[in-house]
Amino acid sequence: MTEPDAGAGAPTPEVATRSARSVVWARRRLSARRFWATYRRSVMGIAGLVILVLFALMALLAPVLVSADSLDVTKATGPILAPPSWEYPMGTDEAGRSVLALVVWGSRVSLAIGLLAAVVSMVVGAAIGIVAGYRGGRWDSALMRFTDWFLVLPGLPLAITLAAILGQSMFIIVMVIGLTSWPWTARIVRSQALSVRERPYVERARGLGAHDLQLIAKHVLPNVFPVIFANTILSIALAILAESALSFIGLGDPLRVSWGATLELAFDAGAPTIGAWWWIGFPGACIVLVVLAFTMCGNALEEILNPRLRQR
Amino acid sequence: MSVPLPADVAEHPGPLLRIDDLHVTFAGRHRVLERRAHQGSARAVDGVDLELGEGEVLALAGESGCGKTTLARAIMGFVRPDRGTIEFRGKPLGKDLRAYRRQVQMVYQDPTGALNPRQTVYDSVAEGLRIHKVPGDEEELVRRALARAGLRPPERFLLRFPHELSGGQRQRVVIAGALALEPRVIVADEPVSNLDASVRGEILRLLLRLRREDRISILIVTHDLALAWSVADRVAVMYLGRIVEVGPTRDVLLEPRHPYTRALLDVVPDANDAESLDRPLLTGEPPDPTRIPEACRFHPRCPALADGRAAEARVDGACRADDPRLEPIVAGHLAACHLATARSDAFRVP
Amino acid sequence: MSVLEVSDLSVSYATREGPVPAVRGVSFDIDRGQVLGLAGESGCGKSTIGLGLLRLLPRGTEMRGRVMLDGADVLAMAPSELGAVRWTQASIVFQGAQHALDPVIRVGDQIEEAILAHRPVSRRDAAGRAAELLELVGLPARRTRDFPNEFSGGQKQRVMIAMALACDPDLVIADEPTTALDVMVQAQVLRLLKNLQTELGLSMLFITHDLSVLAQVADRLAVMYAGRIVEEGPAADVFASPVHPYTMALAGAFPRIGDESFVQAPGGLEGDPPDPRDLPTGCSFHPRCSRVMERCRTVDPPSFAAGADRRAECLLLEDAGATESVPT
Repeated sequence: MTEPDAGAGAPTPEVATRSARSVVWARRRLSARRFWATYRRSVMGIAGLVILVLFALMALLAPVLVSADSLDVTKATGPILAPPSWEYPMGTDEAGRSVLALVVWGSRVSLAIGLLAAVVSMVVGAAIGIVAGYRGGRWDSALMRFTDWFLVLPGLPLAITLAAILGQSMFIIVMVIGLTSWPWTARIVRSQALSVRERPYVERARGLGAHDLQLIAKHVLPNVFPVIFANTILSIALAILAESALSFIGLGDPLRVSWGATLELAFDAGAPTIGAWWWIGFPGACIVLVVLAFTMCGNALEEILNPRLRQR
Repeated sequence: MSVPLPADVAEHPGPLLRIDDLHVTFAGRHRVLERRAHQGSARAVDGVDLELGEGEVLALAGESGCGKTTLARAIMGFVRPDRGTIEFRGKPLGKDLRAYRRQVQMVYQDPTGALNPRQTVYDSVAEGLRIHKVPGDEEELVRRALARAGLRPPERFLLRFPHELSGGQRQRVVIAGALALEPRVIVADEPVSNLDASVRGEILRLLLRLRREDRISILIVTHDLALAWSVADRVAVMYLGRIVEVGPTRDVLLEPRHPYTRALLDVVPDANDAESLDRPLLTGEPPDPTRIPEACRFHPRCPALADGRAAEARVDGACRADDPRLEPIVAGHLAACHLATARSDAFRVP
Repeated sequence: MSVLEVSDLSVSYATREGPVPAVRGVSFDIDRGQVLGLAGESGCGKSTIGLGLLRLLPRGTEMRGRVMLDGADVLAMAPSELGAVRWTQASIVFQGAQHALDPVIRVGDQIEEAILAHRPVSRRDAAGRAAELLELVGLPARRTRDFPNEFSGGQKQRVMIAMALACDPDLVIADEPTTALDVMVQAQVLRLLKNLQTELGLSMLFITHDLSVLAQVADRLAVMYAGRIVEEGPAADVFASPVHPYTMALAGAFPRIGDESFVQAPGGLEGDPPDPRDLPTGCSFHPRCSRVMERCRTVDPPSFAAGADRRAECLLLEDAGATESVPT
């Protein structure tokens, strides 16, 4: 018996005239549009995104908005501890610097540390999670016990201890926060990798001759990436909080102005007792807003990207 | 009586794939305190000898739990045998399976699961080419593989995603992915059991064409003896981890020597025989690889032992005491059964 | 006398893209003590019929036509009447029914519940009946005390059969009752069903994709394609000499051991079953039909008489001089 074409009698080729690349890109655009359409439906997600865009603009445009000189205590020109006014919308500190300038410039450091620490946490957590979930067996047991150990250690005291021992540069702050916040990422990524590993297409790829790294790159990573991504957005919020806390107790980078460091200065100067609420209130509000915004975005993303939350 | 070998089998002297005394055991889940070895462990493959000739279609049949899928996965190197060897072209499988895996490819029961839903048909088929860094124009190779698997014109399928294809087309994509590597052996694990009845024929005819045109050897794992009848040169019947009967399809399916093969044939629904529902059924416990009976592994359920045929041939003692090995009954037809051996000896020595 | 009379039944599922027709004008009868086999591939509408007969389809599904069960129209019933009909007049055995058992309730109690819900009997009587039913399906009566996980797949399917029989229904709908089971177990369950049907004089609608199974258990055979019954008649006749090209191809997809015409030549069709959302024009089988004619692309074939007590929807029959058959 002859072997006929599958789908004989079907309509003429639809894509033969377009190049493979253009079709692939068209599909990517379509799926991005679909993603955006879903995301747009989340009020929280949109609100968070708007706040984040504003803060990001502020951080990026800081040199344009406020001269870096205004941070220098020796060059401060304003009145000391002035309440908000037209000239100083957020008031001034005890050295006569504009709190607005501190907040604007502080956003750069706070956001940068938050992002970098989250990236460190993501890389470590994803690597450990993937190896544990994909390799399974002894690797899994060993790595997960290691993860549990970090999980039960209270993160902030550990970070404080590490920062106190290692010193106070921005690099060290990023590493300290990143290396204490990865365990949740690792656990989530592991469970995802574990389920991907059992899919028949992973076995098929192995049958085609793929080795572990190829399998992880081609099949495991693309499947765990959405979860990692949503999780990272959430952990930025935690990292910013951690940075503020570290700076607040004086373990931040003393050479840079961050929101946490501003708060620390304010408290050292007894701002609460002398009624300089603006010195504490504005940087504090920024921290709350940004953390909230990242959390809202992260939750919205997670609802779309995490297969377990997606069922509706 | 002697049954001549089918011409297709007789053409291939040396086996392409030779499996010798293969054992695969899965550790059981035992509690912390009982650490005795092999307590509750499943002997999924328990001493299999099997050969696959070049350009041959061999059907491996048996109930679920008989170890046929484990055997197929062991041949693919997905599970490591405890004992025994698998030789490809006379060379035993070593640690590095990469080169071997270009030659021996698998087709899966569930084509939907076997394709990454995020990959296009193009990427799924090209995956093997990229892994092995096959030289040449990748797109051309992919098109050719798709066309050989019957997906024509290939352009129409290149950029589709698995969910846009029918079950039969998905299975063709899996086959195309295997063909792209120009394999010599295809291990097909229940390749059509997840497909609609009317579509099965297409896939089976495709496999037969690959054998005919490219002399690819095919090991087809199936629970369906009727399917084996329509595609296989030889049939091997597996029971509790062991091949109990193997031989040319006609011999095994029309004149089975092992009582288990007989029993399996009796439960194949036969539309032409309204009485087929009245045939006796096997009794006793369903096969459990964690508790393989001593002596002949089939003896607790064996109808020939129960109804006295074994006693008549004076082998009933052996059935309960000795584990039978595969013995030739007639040319190329082997059975692991004391009764079958005794009967064929009786013919030989009048 | 007919237990079930289905006339011109149509079922459309409600989807986001609008209604999708799953069953398109189907008529058949089941006489008392008769087994009608309903065969077809996935998506042909056979399971929709099985569920639709007891109105077990998702909310929003549109059903038209008439389903007369013991003389009462199921489609016209109020929900309260439906509850009484299910179990007592007609019951269903599903594919993979293993999962329909509650894992934390003893099997006997689950059968009792079904009895107590529909019969005015005491708990003690219901328990006795449950034990009796288990014996009926070939399980020891003492196993009423066991939990579902203590049963094998085949045994669970037996329990489901016992439950289906709990309230002496006139009609049992068996939807792929043996499909998920292993070959040996499948044969056992099949025999059990056939024996029960003969012993109890059950009427049965036996739904499966496996034509070779139906040839054994069914008295009459109806073959479905794309929501229509394309051929119907006495099972042995339809299987031995199919008249619709689809039935021929489907029969060819089940090789018979010993039949030389199948050696190295597995049968079957080209192409795939059609998408109910996008049915071909004319005869919905024409794109895959080996004997397609020009008219088939435009004319939707009516039902033609095809010999004694047989009918088929194929224009080839018209050419052979067959008359249009009037739906019963």
